[in-house]
Amino acid sequence: MYDYGFFSYSSKEDMLERSRAFWNPNKTDFWQESGIDLVIDRREGYLFWDMDGRRLIDIHLNGGTYNLGHRNPELIATLEQAMQRFDIGNHHFPALARTALAEALVATCAPNMRRVIYGSGGGEAIDIAIKTARHTRGCRKIVSIAKAYHGHTGLAVGTGDDRFSKLFLADRPDEFVQVPFNDLEAMEEALRGRDVAAVIMETIPATYGFPLPEPGYLRAVKDLCERYDALYIADEVQTGLMRTGEMWGIAKAGVEPDILVIGKGITGGLYPIACVVVSEECSGWLKEDGFGHISTGGGAELGCVVALKVIEICGRPEVRSMVHYISDRFQSGLRAIQDLYPDWLVGIRQDGVVIGLEFDHPTGAKLVMKHLYANGVWAIFSTLDPRVLQYKPGILLGPELVDEILDRTEVAVAAAYAEVFRTPSRRLVTA
Amino acid sequence: MSVAELARHEPPGVPRARMMLQRAHWAATAFARYDNERVWRIVEAVAERAYADAEEFGEWAVRETGMGVAEHKRVKNELCSKGIVEAYRGQDFAGPRIDASRKLLELPHPAGVVFALAPSTNPVSTINFKILLSLMTRNAIVVSPHPLARECCVEAARRLAAAAVRAGAPDGAVQVVEEPTIPLIESLMADETTDVILATGGTAVVRAAYRSGNPAIGVGPGNVPALVDATADLAAAARKLIDSKAFDNSILCTNESVAIVEESVAAVFAKELQKAGGHVLDETEVEQVRERLFPAGRIRLDLLGKDASALAAAAELRVPQGTRVLVAPFALAVPEEPLAREKLFPLLGLVTVPDVQRGIQTAQAVLRIGGAGHSAVIHSRNPRAIMAYGVAVPVLRVAVNVGGSTGSAGFDTALAPSMTIGTGFYGRSSVAENLEPAHLVQWTRVAYASDRSVPFDEFEGIDPWSALPDARAAVTRASANGDATDPRDADLVREEIRRIVVEELRELVGR
Repeated sequence: MYDYGFFSYSSKEDMLERSRAFWNPNKTDFWQESGIDLVIDRREGYLFWDMDGRRLIDIHLNGGTYNLGHRNPELIATLEQAMQRFDIGNHHFPALARTALAEALVATCAPNMRRVIYGSGGGEAIDIAIKTARHTRGCRKIVSIAKAYHGHTGLAVGTGDDRFSKLFLADRPDEFVQVPFNDLEAMEEALRGRDVAAVIMETIPATYGFPLPEPGYLRAVKDLCERYDALYIADEVQTGLMRTGEMWGIAKAGVEPDILVIGKGITGGLYPIACVVVSEECSGWLKEDGFGHISTGGGAELGCVVALKVIEICGRPEVRSMVHYISDRFQSGLRAIQDLYPDWLVGIRQDGVVIGLEFDHPTGAKLVMKHLYANGVWAIFSTLDPRVLQYKPGILLGPELVDEILDRTEVAVAAAYAEVFRTPSRRLVTA
Repeated sequence: MSVAELARHEPPGVPRARMMLQRAHWAATAFARYDNERVWRIVEAVAERAYADAEEFGEWAVRETGMGVAEHKRVKNELCSKGIVEAYRGQDFAGPRIDASRKLLELPHPAGVVFALAPSTNPVSTINFKILLSLMTRNAIVVSPHPLARECCVEAARRLAAAAVRAGAPDGAVQVVEEPTIPLIESLMADETTDVILATGGTAVVRAAYRSGNPAIGVGPGNVPALVDATADLAAAARKLIDSKAFDNSILCTNESVAIVEESVAAVFAKELQKAGGHVLDETEVEQVRERLFPAGRIRLDLLGKDASALAAAAELRVPQGTRVLVAPFALAVPEEPLAREKLFPLLGLVTVPDVQRGIQTAQAVLRIGGAGHSAVIHSRNPRAIMAYGVAVPVLRVAVNVGGSTGSAGFDTALAPSMTIGTGFYGRSSVAENLEPAHLVQWTRVAYASDRSVPFDEFEGIDPWSALPDARAAVTRASANGDATDPRDADLVREEIRRIVVEELRELVGR
């Protein structure tokens, strides 16, 4: 009997059966078939436990949602304290927490940034960014990166892979143009007609397996935007909040975006909101018709209070220092594993704790994911490039857990290698 | 208690300070791999910085705490920068030690994260001292100043931290708690990331350090008896006593509390004290001192570290110009006698005894009141008396014919120069010696069988961190399939692999 107080299940099988029946049959089955029989139960820090009691280290973190760890005690305390006074608030009115967070966020961004618009999740925030860009530029076209992912809401879904838009007859190829990543010529070609409202880019595309922008690429894209009157929307949902060692990854590229989208980790997985920071130029509709975009849960004030704390924590010098230590340790540890399996782990893409591991097999990352799971680590493959494993450790990890993750990774990499090439792995014997 | 409840009950500032410990932990892991040469580059640079700032912080500490003498604090800051470095220069706490005769190889391991408290009485000198000791031994350190000396300590620690990093120390190797409070300090002492606590301060904080559950090096208070026997060079003894008692207005815990003099020389000695700048009080004056400086039997805290003229004024006494120390004769060292207790201002108790035996008993009585395990002083030219005194008084260091302030602190004796005086089992402490670098590093002992037929190995010249002979060989598709040295075999293998991969892919795609 699994009694959670609020609800109960007689067994894990019972839970999965009801998940299929009442929730999402395909999603439920997909994971069972992938060898990931995970039902997340207790969670704490960078660990969670399956309902069967198995401990797993989380280096998926839901794309940085749990950047500061699951149920971060400081954030829980903040939320609990906030609940003594606030609820989500009323989006129609000037609001205490929303304003305070807006001011704090603007202070973390490039000097051109002025105001913050709130959504309830990353997808809505991308929609807001696109709507804002279209209003500002007076045209519809949005350029994104092929294999990009910015969310599943009305407009956001158009920027991504057509797998998700066609399913719901939501593809609009005339409005949404896609160009290959790291291809400046294609970008220029797309912008040349001066009919593009904005280019939207993740600073390092996550679901595409974190291919790193070539040096100067992002800056050059911004220059092209300026030349052809398009706005630059930086999707910092996964690369923000110190994951690259800076508050916003885009700052490292020397780009001042016109619009910056923040989600996931900004509320530490406790009370979701998402934020769109815009320049003065992009603030037009906020002055013209401030009711232009409305969202009851957008910028929920409880979330805002948590977000303020997240910003404060991420801004601490101790955190900056730790991110550098953590990424250095992963860099050398992963390099050592690569030296052992040079024709298997063929690429390590890393910027801070944003890491993609590329395997020489069309679905190599799925296999490594499975073996990592069997070895107590949860990391997810890149949906749009299953050769690449998304390897996203937290920014507050200590050296012991980092070493443990690396040990487990080495074993999993070896086991996946052995499975693919049907060779008994020397390393596996010791596992 | 749940995580949330824990967080709710945490004193303000704890989460942030906990992060300092975590950062220090990372720094310590990096620091542990430094060799001695890199370590000493950092130590020298930090000491130089501390030495250059000695005067500034001497003045600042006096201004901020109202205790002590700026010029003397400068001296202490210098002793705790260049002085410390000179004492340990050339020593190696980072490299292996090889003892071929005992077939022992010893490998050093720093504590990791040192959490260090600094008192208000010797603030910056203690900070300098603990930071230098930590750096010499490749430890990361988080210092927490006494709230009364917060500003000077925070600034001093920041400067040393910057100097350390500039000289190549790992980022975060030296940090300082900027808003220390008692609940905050207690949380940090108990934190699992703290590897060792260096507690210098009042009894309460030292006891809290030992209660924390973490290894701690805490030391108890002093209450120093100084026996002057008939064989002593009385002029020198008086001069040294007065100098030591006047030094930094007696704010060091090693300063003399009660002088005990043999009756046969008492009158001469009193004159010598007078000559050296002491003012021996008459009975009425002593009574006035008891009443005014120890109202209701308790020492006036506002007078700690103040000079003799301030004490005289507070006691409404007229003393000669140039008086550096008030000397208060009293009859019996017993708990209800305030003059027999630790006095962190230039007031020296004086007891006259018939002989050395009685003198030793008086010293024991003084130490029963307070200061067990700490330090004592003797002025004598009789080795038998010195030996008898040394074995009988319950302290772990006896300074002979020197002032206690600097003598017991190791600045003009062979004791380790230190701002932290171990009071050992007598004083409920884990260390008996003056705190020194060796206390912050432990050694893995690699031991061979004593059997004479078993040889020892040659370790000379092997660097521990690059000792592994070869990197592990890579596992490749060719190597994993056996010895594929024949290129034709390799081709076959590759062909086979390709076939397998294609099969796998079909399987996967067909899923």
